[in-house]
Amino acid sequence: MKKTVSKSAWATLLCVAALLALVVILENVLDPNKNIMVFTALKKGAVYALVAVSMNLLNGFTGLFSLGQAGFMLLGAYTYAILTIPVAQRDAVYYIYNGSAINFSLPELFGGGAFGLVLGVVLALALGGCVAAAVAWLIGLPVLRLKSDYLAIATLGFGEIIRAVFQWDKLGPVTNGANALKNFPTFSSFNITNGSGETVLRLSTFTAFLLAGACIAVIVLLINSTYGRAFKAIRDDEVAAEAMGINLSKHKRLAFVISSFFAGVGGGMFAMFANQAQAKTFTTAMTYEILLIVVIGGIGSVSGSCIAAFLYVAASEWWLRFLDAETFIGGFKVPLLRNGFRMVVFSVVIMIVVLFFRRGIMGDKELPDLLEKRRKERAK
Amino acid sequence: MQYAISILLSGVSLGGQYALIAIGYTMVYGILRLINFAHGDVFMVAGLMMVYLTASLPLAASIPLVLVLTVLLGFIIERAAYKPLREAPRMSVMISAIGVSYLLQNLATYVTGGLPKMYPEIPGISNTITIAGAPTKVVTIVTPILVLALVAALTQLIHHTKVGMAMRAVAKDFETAQLMGIKINAVISATFVIGSFLAAVGSVLYFTNYQSIVPLSGALPGLRAFVAAVFGGIGSIPGAVVGAFIIGLSESVIKGSSWSIFSDAFTFALLIIILVVKPTGLFGEKVTDKV
Repeated sequence: MKKTVSKSAWATLLCVAALLALVVILENVLDPNKNIMVFTALKKGAVYALVAVSMNLLNGFTGLFSLGQAGFMLLGAYTYAILTIPVAQRDAVYYIYNGSAINFSLPELFGGGAFGLVLGVVLALALGGCVAAAVAWLIGLPVLRLKSDYLAIATLGFGEIIRAVFQWDKLGPVTNGANALKNFPTFSSFNITNGSGETVLRLSTFTAFLLAGACIAVIVLLINSTYGRAFKAIRDDEVAAEAMGINLSKHKRLAFVISSFFAGVGGGMFAMFANQAQAKTFTTAMTYEILLIVVIGGIGSVSGSCIAAFLYVAASEWWLRFLDAETFIGGFKVPLLRNGFRMVVFSVVIMIVVLFFRRGIMGDKELPDLLEKRRKERAK
Repeated sequence: MQYAISILLSGVSLGGQYALIAIGYTMVYGILRLINFAHGDVFMVAGLMMVYLTASLPLAASIPLVLVLTVLLGFIIERAAYKPLREAPRMSVMISAIGVSYLLQNLATYVTGGLPKMYPEIPGISNTITIAGAPTKVVTIVTPILVLALVAALTQLIHHTKVGMAMRAVAKDFETAQLMGIKINAVISATFVIGSFLAAVGSVLYFTNYQSIVPLSGALPGLRAFVAAVFGGIGSIPGAVVGAFIIGLSESVIKGSSWSIFSDAFTFALLIIILVVKPTGLFGEKVTDKV
């Protein structure tokens, strides 16, 4: 038994490594200027995959229906942005508030250059996660006592409160009020350039995948640990779990804090993807989007969430684009096609999934489970 | 003084408008235990229908038509998106509601092209009058009166008709009510019909006051009305009305002060406080969880 586990773990690791290698090759072979959509979808997909998995940890594995994800992403995004905007850029970014209250930048503290960039960005992302986790801990004290839909609506409320606080102009010198924070290192900063400024090795998509992959790996390890089993027990039956000696409030809080940590990291990565951090992007609609990804992928399946994140982003940003353009076939104008039609078709598809394929793509199975089943069937 | 009166007036009328939406939430929750996230969007769609209908029809015809169409919309949403999930876990139904809300918003964006639409002026209630020196629209005065009348009628309906009795029975115990020969689906449809009707009335009053409609116009009023329903004790109609007036007044007071950016934050803080201190709300019944 032990041996098969380590074997499948190696196989998974190998697959992930192959995927990362593929991304690097793809990025350097295809011209990113001609294939903007592909790489946008890949990067955004990676970010959404992480956030969806973090939400799944809470909704799918612990059975806590929380809708605060966008709020925690906001915390992560702002922490990341505030800590990494280069000092020289701060006056330009905070021009309304006559400069920033915080006058250091992590990548520069570590001496700048490639080393400082990597260390500074990773540390800023992690700190973003920590801020989100700390706030989650505070929020969790009162809120986690609530059940199902009350919990959902209370966390939704907290998301709105956080958004309002960050737009408050008294905090302007730190958060830049309702204006966007920008000019911080993004995924593209990881492209390696030579002396004359030409890009020799593109690593931006790879960076997104690596960061998201590492975080998701940690979540998977957590789910497979004793804690993960306790989470699942709570999901299946709270009373029975408590009777088995699981400390409900401790485990719920733990799940909430960890999920928020990764949502915070995901938020920081979202800022890197979007090249800016602005409170008004992290709305309830964003939480709904992520929730729908989790549902499409299958509530309680990590690989399902990842697949669904890429499908969702690719479909909404890329594959369905043609629905937004007015199209003529010969002299015939295709009816209905115009701006906004894409999202209508898209939401109809989502409704069909929600109503008729309630288990989503993967149900509560993981990819290796499916392969295993097939192998067993073949053995028969 | 003038300023205080105008804030008070707008608070009361806002509260009345929220009350009409909140009743829809509270009735559906009372019966299905479902937060109908799409309710706020039904309210928005009612507003948009008015805009498009008045473009080609006289006002006297379009108002009743809007009411009928909104009721139909509520009915269809229930049949299409909630009824198939009757046996499913509560979370699935809630997700379906979120999906419907997403669909309605995207549909509205498609139809309007994402541009704000101006709500038509309704003669009589769009006019401006002056009360104690504070200029306001007639609608601010009409709203609370209309709300009280509608709530009185609704209470009569719930306490003195057969449908009302069936609703109370279903809210009390879903399965037993079914065993007693109550047609569950008919009762649930009736609930959605009433809720959507009130939302349509609310939308006429609300948008006469605020005038511009965007596809997201329904989301926040919807959430605030939901908070009002929870605040008053979900499942209780008088509770929803009282809660809505409290939320409306406090929002109007905060919007009038220098803390206006926190008006929604305050609403939600109120929600969290009431949930933690008294989860059943002001007038809610105590429910015991059975293992």
